[in-house]
Amino acid sequence: MTLYELPLNEVGIVKDINCIGNIRRRLLDLGLIKGTPIIPILKSPSGDPTAFEIRKTIIALRKEDSKLIDLK
Amino acid sequence: MGLTSSSTGSNLLNKELMNIQKKCDFTVAFAGNPNVGKSTIFNSLTGMHQHTGNWPGKTVSNASGICNYNNRDYLLVDIPGTYSLMSNSQEEEIARDYICFGKPDATVIILDATCIERNLNLVFQTMEITKNIIVCVNLLDEAKKKKIEINLEKLETLLGVPVVGTIARKRRTLKNLLNVIEQVCTKKRHLEPNCITYLPAIEDAILLLTGEVNKITPQDFKYINRWICLKLLDDDQKIIQSIEKALHISLHSDKIIQKQNDARKNFTKIDLDSNNIKDDIVSSIMKKSEDVAKQVCTFKNKEYNLRNKKIDKILTSKKFGIPIMVAFLGIIFWITIVGANYPSQLLSSLFNILQEKLLALFYFLRVPTFITELLINGMYKTLAWVISVMLPPMAIFFPLFTLLEDLGYLPRIAFNLDNYFKKACTSGKQALTMCMGFGCNACGVVGTRIIDSPRERLIAMLTNAFVPCNGRFPLLITISTIFIGSYFTGMTSSIVSTLCVLLVILIGIFLTLIISKILSKTVLKGFPSSFILELPPYRKPQVGKVLVRSLLDRTLFVLGRAISVAAPVGIVIWLFANITIGNVSILTYIANFLDPFAKLMGIDGYILSAFILGIPANEIVLPIILMSYLATGSLVDIDNTFAIGEILKQNGWTLLTGINVMIFTLLHFPCGTTLISIKKESGSLKWTLFAFVLPTICGIILCMLTTGVWNLII
Repeated sequence: MTLYELPLNEVGIVKDINCIGNIRRRLLDLGLIKGTPIIPILKSPSGDPTAFEIRKTIIALRKEDSKLIDLK
Repeated sequence: MGLTSSSTGSNLLNKELMNIQKKCDFTVAFAGNPNVGKSTIFNSLTGMHQHTGNWPGKTVSNASGICNYNNRDYLLVDIPGTYSLMSNSQEEEIARDYICFGKPDATVIILDATCIERNLNLVFQTMEITKNIIVCVNLLDEAKKKKIEINLEKLETLLGVPVVGTIARKRRTLKNLLNVIEQVCTKKRHLEPNCITYLPAIEDAILLLTGEVNKITPQDFKYINRWICLKLLDDDQKIIQSIEKALHISLHSDKIIQKQNDARKNFTKIDLDSNNIKDDIVSSIMKKSEDVAKQVCTFKNKEYNLRNKKIDKILTSKKFGIPIMVAFLGIIFWITIVGANYPSQLLSSLFNILQEKLLALFYFLRVPTFITELLINGMYKTLAWVISVMLPPMAIFFPLFTLLEDLGYLPRIAFNLDNYFKKACTSGKQALTMCMGFGCNACGVVGTRIIDSPRERLIAMLTNAFVPCNGRFPLLITISTIFIGSYFTGMTSSIVSTLCVLLVILIGIFLTLIISKILSKTVLKGFPSSFILELPPYRKPQVGKVLVRSLLDRTLFVLGRAISVAAPVGIVIWLFANITIGNVSILTYIANFLDPFAKLMGIDGYILSAFILGIPANEIVLPIILMSYLATGSLVDIDNTFAIGEILKQNGWTLLTGINVMIFTLLHFPCGTTLISIKKESGSLKWTLFAFVLPTICGIILCMLTTGVWNLII
């Protein structure tokens, strides 16, 4: 399952980050690595982007990027 | 909208910084994740007023200030907030280069007590480039509210560097920090940072490379050998190049390349993907941070974020998210419109009285009539206009906007609007820089540094002037009050005026999106890049401080700029209006020259020349228009908006003129300061010219369209 498919308020565990380049580095910087728990908590009015709780912080990601994150 | 003298004036170049550094006893760098209260601590210690706001990416360049403690001068350098030192965005490069090569005597890393885990990542990374670290756990008050307990002593033991707890808003807690800074700078405290130990394979590879690296690094940079080895393993060319440049060494020698290849071979042997060494490095750091955070933080309330989440649910909800946003903006404008009228009247009557006194004084001193006219009717009156028309709305709008900003609402705006920006093929962060543009377009342009993709950054820069800045709001407000609000009475009048200004702004936002899209499909082709934005927790704004600071810093700064432009322009206008060639004043010549074109746009030559003369600062456009009319036509006493309306109507303004002036206020060339910022940030004269022409053409076309349609119907 990808992060994009994870329903609101359910905990997912990151398995793989398939993004490349800059975005990949950014996600790593924010503490998103293999095994990190992640919870979608908010959707913006138009449904995209979604805000996720990662390591006690709230980070918003676009659909295109959250589709590239695989969950266990 | 970080508009203060310090944020626009002290983008210190490295050389300048070095010069000040020499004069001070010690240099201390302030680093930290975005939005941890770094600027607040920095301001508190230096007595400076760098603008603070609750959103990531506010500080975009190094600012510095001096702090005296126990008779020693400390140069404090505020570094842009970063999550890490590994990526290659502009602010991270600035941070990394300064901490690493600027050799500060101490580096204070400020942590947000409510999310220690993520913040520690930066601490461990910084440990690899400098030994002299002080960890400052800030926002302890927020943590306490959320029932998060932090064992600072234990953190100190685990990190091997001094740890200080602070509440930035309470000055006395900063004294401990200064004490520790003093101890570290004077080497009274021994630091032994507990650096990360990586996977055995990576540690072996570091050992393999250290020998060669050690041979070439300068004596005082031996500490970073380990870090350089890591970068070589990771093969991060950009960082390697900046190391080579700063230390004047070459890391591309045959021997080093040989060792690099050996290390890679070893990785392959044990099935370690040598292309993804960075993942392993980051994982080790993150795991260590997680481990340390677990040991020092206790969450007594599992639902510590509940309130925050509830607020977010409403402010970003499908139904209410965008209406609430528009309502917030509307309320701010309405308060500004209603509130600004009275002080405006009061100020103009005061200026009128003062004018009488000045005239009497000039008469008494027997000042020649020409000089009296020039100074009183030219300079003084323009100044009086600028102050009485511009000061009240600014003094109300600035603090209100700052409150919203302090609260942490701006990132939510970006979150709500991101999808529209994505459809325009640009970054959602453009919503943030657009909001900064409401304050000041020049600041919005500088703020585009938070956008990583150069293409999207340029688009954000070019379209920033499509939202009206503070210098333009009073003009919009006045015109809408006179020409649209006046059809109604009482409360309805102010509400209608507000809706009208709101409509202009929505048009501006709409055009920002359309133009961004057009640019993305034509001259700046490309796909939207990824978007990552942190939504920081809401914080209670320090109301008192916000009021004082935004009044003193922003309002007076902007007003000061307007006045310094208005004074000479006032003189020029008066001269233009009073020097005649064959019975016709120069001003009339210019206006007559522009008039045919202006008429096509549904305005007149005086208005157009006022916009052109107003390039240095948009605040003075309305005063110039009034001065031109008064200097050439009948002189009336003006003490309120109603009277301004009378002057304008006497000079042929109709509802159409009002509408067109509002359109052209929204859409015309950016002010001089903004243009200079665009030139600086884009580094290209071509794009600066483009930024000048783009909104102007939009404005001219739209005005002509309105006029055409109007004439057809009426």
